[in-house]
Amino acid sequence: MEDLRVAVVGSGPAGIYAAAALTAHEDAAVDVIDRLPTPFGLVRYGVAPDHEKMKSVAVALRRVMEHDRVRFLGNIELGADLSVADLHRHYDAIVVANGAAVDRRLGIDGEDLPGSFSATEFVSWYSGHPDSALDKFTLTAGTVIVIGVGNVAIDVARVLLKTARELRTTDIPDHVLAVLSHSQVRDVMIVGRRGPAYAKFTTKELRELGELASADVIVRPAELALDEASEAELADNAVARRNLEVLRAWSERAPQGRPRRLHLRFGLRPTVIHGDACVTGMGFGHGTGPSVHVPADMVLRSVGYRGVPIPGLPFDDERGVVPNAAGRVLSDGAVVPGEYVAGWIKRGPSGIIGTNKHDAAETVRCLLADAPALPRRQVRDPDEIIDVLHQRGVRAVPWQGWEAIEALEIAAGQRRGAKQVKVADRELLLAAALSRPSPGC
Amino acid sequence: MTYVITLPCVDLKDKTCIEECPVDCIYEGERMLYIHPDECVDCGACEPVCPVDAIFYEDDLSETDTPFADMAKEMFAGLGSPGGAPRAPKVPDPPFVLGLPPQEHDEV
Repeated sequence: MEDLRVAVVGSGPAGIYAAAALTAHEDAAVDVIDRLPTPFGLVRYGVAPDHEKMKSVAVALRRVMEHDRVRFLGNIELGADLSVADLHRHYDAIVVANGAAVDRRLGIDGEDLPGSFSATEFVSWYSGHPDSALDKFTLTAGTVIVIGVGNVAIDVARVLLKTARELRTTDIPDHVLAVLSHSQVRDVMIVGRRGPAYAKFTTKELRELGELASADVIVRPAELALDEASEAELADNAVARRNLEVLRAWSERAPQGRPRRLHLRFGLRPTVIHGDACVTGMGFGHGTGPSVHVPADMVLRSVGYRGVPIPGLPFDDERGVVPNAAGRVLSDGAVVPGEYVAGWIKRGPSGIIGTNKHDAAETVRCLLADAPALPRRQVRDPDEIIDVLHQRGVRAVPWQGWEAIEALEIAAGQRRGAKQVKVADRELLLAAALSRPSPGC
Repeated sequence: MTYVITLPCVDLKDKTCIEECPVDCIYEGERMLYIHPDECVDCGACEPVCPVDAIFYEDDLSETDTPFADMAKEMFAGLGSPGGAPRAPKVPDPPFVLGLPPQEHDEV
């Protein structure tokens, strides 16, 4: 077969696992394109700073990116700097793995009040995402309500409840650590609309909340009562059964008088966010009983994500994904030659990091099966794409550019006793990534 | 703390978990598969895909299964970090596993 050049859009786990599966094919060369100057997607900007073991998945992802036939083109946005048509001219196939960038909304009154945010906004801020304003959060709130019962809700609650001292040796950016050290947060309430049997937490993450040194976990025994549907759910869900055991043990535990408290609440249906100038509380429906008002100063919603349409690619607005069959992009039900998807933009925002390996492998199997019949690219020279970008005034960040960012972050870490401390400012990232050492240095 | 493979894997080795592991930390022995406790990133991808429910997070192990955790730790302490199961040769089963009676399995 002729050589095969593939553009993978997105350098998160799905994109990099797609690149890994492609490099197993010896005729394939891959450009991994990311709109950010930094690779690894949600491993860098989603996995919580104190989950260092989970973050070490980047070691495996790095091995792929350092493969001879893989090239990183950071700081390049599909739809802005390059179009889908550009990619078709320069590549034989495209794999879009750009994730699900937007959070779902609750669709209730008061959602746009100051003090009401998506959990994603908070995660982006504490992860040092370059799109997040440095002063986005001040944490002058005493009580924070987190709507949603998945691992993201747990992450944001844990970061709010830990002390700055505990997070000092993580990669959390300096400006975030400074805000956390003056945090006024005393109470965090994680709220699920249904009973505990339907919570999407993984047991390991849930259990971690019980080990917080600075916070008591408070669960109301009455909210753990099970109806018939919950019993049925538990019967075929081992994780939910284990979660319930953990919650029951907490419900019997007396508070230890720690400075902060985490409340896990179930069966509360969000109906309204109250406040005039800013959030003052939330209203919930509670079974068939009267509605419940909970005073709060800040609300974080964590009720799922959706993809955003990419100019030039079909989009299923209902599901927030690119319509596809096993990763082959479909337009009105027909396969679009040379276009593929992997990860959240393919299957929706579900699963964990490992899920993407399997998911990307499926897409690449389809791509390689189709490859002999794909229309070939017009532009053969792989460097021409760099020239095209240059003519448009855009400089791609190469892998060495990322390594320069990393070196800067490792140096920043040394000042704080951390392995690495993230740089959040886009200009600083680009300055580090694109500064060329003079020859001979 | 890490994920641990237990008795139902012995003499079966379905290997779906190997496909799923994002860091290639699941190694094959003659009689069963083993998770490298230092290479595992605790993502939990392997646990739900095991067709015989052999994989548990260490906290969730029953008392009879704790030897599987201890044994994996000991074994890999001796082997170091081969850094990627697909390129590594089969690992030697530890004495505890070698001493287990043959395990019968239904078709899965």
